[in-house]
Amino acid sequence: MSDTKHTEMVEPTATSAVSADTTKTLRDEPRGRTGWARILLGRDAIMIYLLIATIVIAMISIPRFASPVTVGFLLLDVIPVLLIAMPMTLIIITGEIDLSVASIAGLTSALMGVLWQAGWDIGVVLALGLVVGVLAGAFNGFLVAVVGLPSLAVTIGTLALFRGLALVVIGDNAVANFPPELTAFFTSKIGATGIPTVMIGVLIIVVAFGVILHFTPFGRGLYALGFSTEAARFVGIHVARSKFWLYVASGGVSALAGIYWTLRYSSARSDNASGLELAVIAAVLLGGVSIFGGKGSIPGVVAGVLLIGTINYALRLGRVSDVVLIIVTGTLLIASVVAPSILDAVKRRRHDRRVRRELPQAQPSGSVSA
Amino acid sequence: MELFRTRTGRGTRTRRIATIAATAATIALIATGCAAGGGSESGGGSGTEGDQTITFIPKQLNNPYTDVVLGGGEEGAEAAGFASSAVVGPLDASASSQVSFINAETQAGTNVIVIAANDPDAVCSALEEARTGGAKIVAFDSDTNPDCRDVFISQVVAKEVALIQVELISEQIGGAGEIAILSATANATNQNEWIKFMEEELASNPDYADIELVAKVYGDDDDTKSFQEAQGLMQAYPNLKGIISPTTVGIAATARYLSTSEYKGQVALTGLGLPNEMRPFVKDGTVTEFALWDPAQLGYVAAFAGKALADGDLTGEVGETFEAGDLGEREIGEGGIVIVGPPTVFNAENIDDYDF
Repeated sequence: MSDTKHTEMVEPTATSAVSADTTKTLRDEPRGRTGWARILLGRDAIMIYLLIATIVIAMISIPRFASPVTVGFLLLDVIPVLLIAMPMTLIIITGEIDLSVASIAGLTSALMGVLWQAGWDIGVVLALGLVVGVLAGAFNGFLVAVVGLPSLAVTIGTLALFRGLALVVIGDNAVANFPPELTAFFTSKIGATGIPTVMIGVLIIVVAFGVILHFTPFGRGLYALGFSTEAARFVGIHVARSKFWLYVASGGVSALAGIYWTLRYSSARSDNASGLELAVIAAVLLGGVSIFGGKGSIPGVVAGVLLIGTINYALRLGRVSDVVLIIVTGTLLIASVVAPSILDAVKRRRHDRRVRRELPQAQPSGSVSA
Repeated sequence: MELFRTRTGRGTRTRRIATIAATAATIALIATGCAAGGGSESGGGSGTEGDQTITFIPKQLNNPYTDVVLGGGEEGAEAAGFASSAVVGPLDASASSQVSFINAETQAGTNVIVIAANDPDAVCSALEEARTGGAKIVAFDSDTNPDCRDVFISQVVAKEVALIQVELISEQIGGAGEIAILSATANATNQNEWIKFMEEELASNPDYADIELVAKVYGDDDDTKSFQEAQGLMQAYPNLKGIISPTTVGIAATARYLSTSEYKGQVALTGLGLPNEMRPFVKDGTVTEFALWDPAQLGYVAAFAGKALADGDLTGEVGETFEAGDLGEREIGEGGIVIVGPPTVFNAENIDDYDF
């Protein structure tokens, strides 16, 4: 992204100095950080530093935080958010949104409960749960990409619709008697590390989404799509097709999160994962993804999810009330969104002042019209 | 657009430094919060006698009923001799929201966890883990799966609670007509048990043959949602004679709706309510009679049961007894259930005698 910025930069500098000495350039024109400096000072890196700082502070100030038990409980807690954050990142980068993710997870959970109680094989139950998620995602994708409706409106609708279907499917029942081996597997840890076994699968999904976004033409195209749909279309990106598949992926991953939720808590209910969509979006935005699209990365989002997870867990372990906890999360989110904007404004003012100082002959209005 | 871009490319270093500064400030703020919260509790841990800790995990925080229960719990914890007591819990009463709190308590090495389960099974594996770590589990108010706790402290016999509410509504509507139930969440263990007994009683008792239960709605123990559900009931069933709301949030919200509507005095309302919340509605005639046990006693007994378990004086077997402070001796009944006491009926005459 900073590459595109760089090329755009040359042009306006030249036009604004049209009547002045065109050979003269501003001192300190952005050089564009490259190589290691760019990686070590980027937005993603800052998120990772913050995450490490938070962990260190928590280890020092919260008794018992520094233990493998923390790793296990913390990761078990963040897995659903981490999973859904992956497709959500891609969708928000294209400038769209998917609010129905938690409802898809709830629907999957409800369906699993009913099918399992009806005596179906657990393998079939899991597969059908996934299929239902994919279908729900495809429905969203159809309305957004093919019909062309605004994603906010569509997914607010399906947020209610899928949750409603979940209630229709399972009613006010809760199914809990899933195979103990399976539910035990979902809370099991890898040896003494405290890392949940399911993290392996989660990691594969995270890496897959990272590769798709950062290393494939499809993924790079999503950034273009987020900046300008029309421009993206002109350079040959299949706008509708891209969006459609993103929603399908979102539905599928949400279903996986629903399956995980059901088996981890060994309880299939219609209200499982409710409200999760907001936790996901908050973490994604904190991770540096722009809600306007065109900006963001998978490593940043992973750090954002873990940062919120760590703060939550540390505060809970320190027995800080949940009331304080949501205030902290909210403040953090606002700070992460507002800080760059304020700095942008400051920087812009400084830039304007410098332009005026360095190019005095460009100022008279007569010379501009000539 | 282009000009805008030109500018955003510049001075990224200063911006980033300031971003770090801003977020670091937030983190520092959080850290001090942690230190304050963590410090006071650091005395807890794998307790020897006299250094035992107890933690209450209600269905959700900031629920007026729960606050009274917890008030009694903290009083009981102090009287029973716990070194420290804490209350932690989620802001929403959803099934799985309590699990991470149980996990944190497991890690903190709390000796006794007292929990009102939002879902009997969702909390089970977390409680198992806590027990493996040596914690004693007391369920109160709403039971968990019996395999996952040592004892359950019940307000009253579930059937008694259900029957008294049916009796009250029958009296108030003259023994005939349509009634509806406005409950909490669709999965609440205690609510569903009461509703089941109510349905059975309505179906089997010839005295209630003319009463028809036309609807069950769920206000999710959310004031606004309950208010809207009450409003919806009145529109959907114009012949409705009475509403039973076996939840304190639901009955207060319904009473508030009825008191400002044309149905005031026309539609009877009863259920389980807090005297302090219901006082104005009893005084203005919206509600004639409602029931409840003293919720503070629930927490109080739970704390003493926890203490007896932690000391090893109690194992949770049927027939065992323990001393519950001022309330005297309590016995563990069938299924590991301890009954606190019979429900009280509140009306215009006696409501001023109670303050909770």
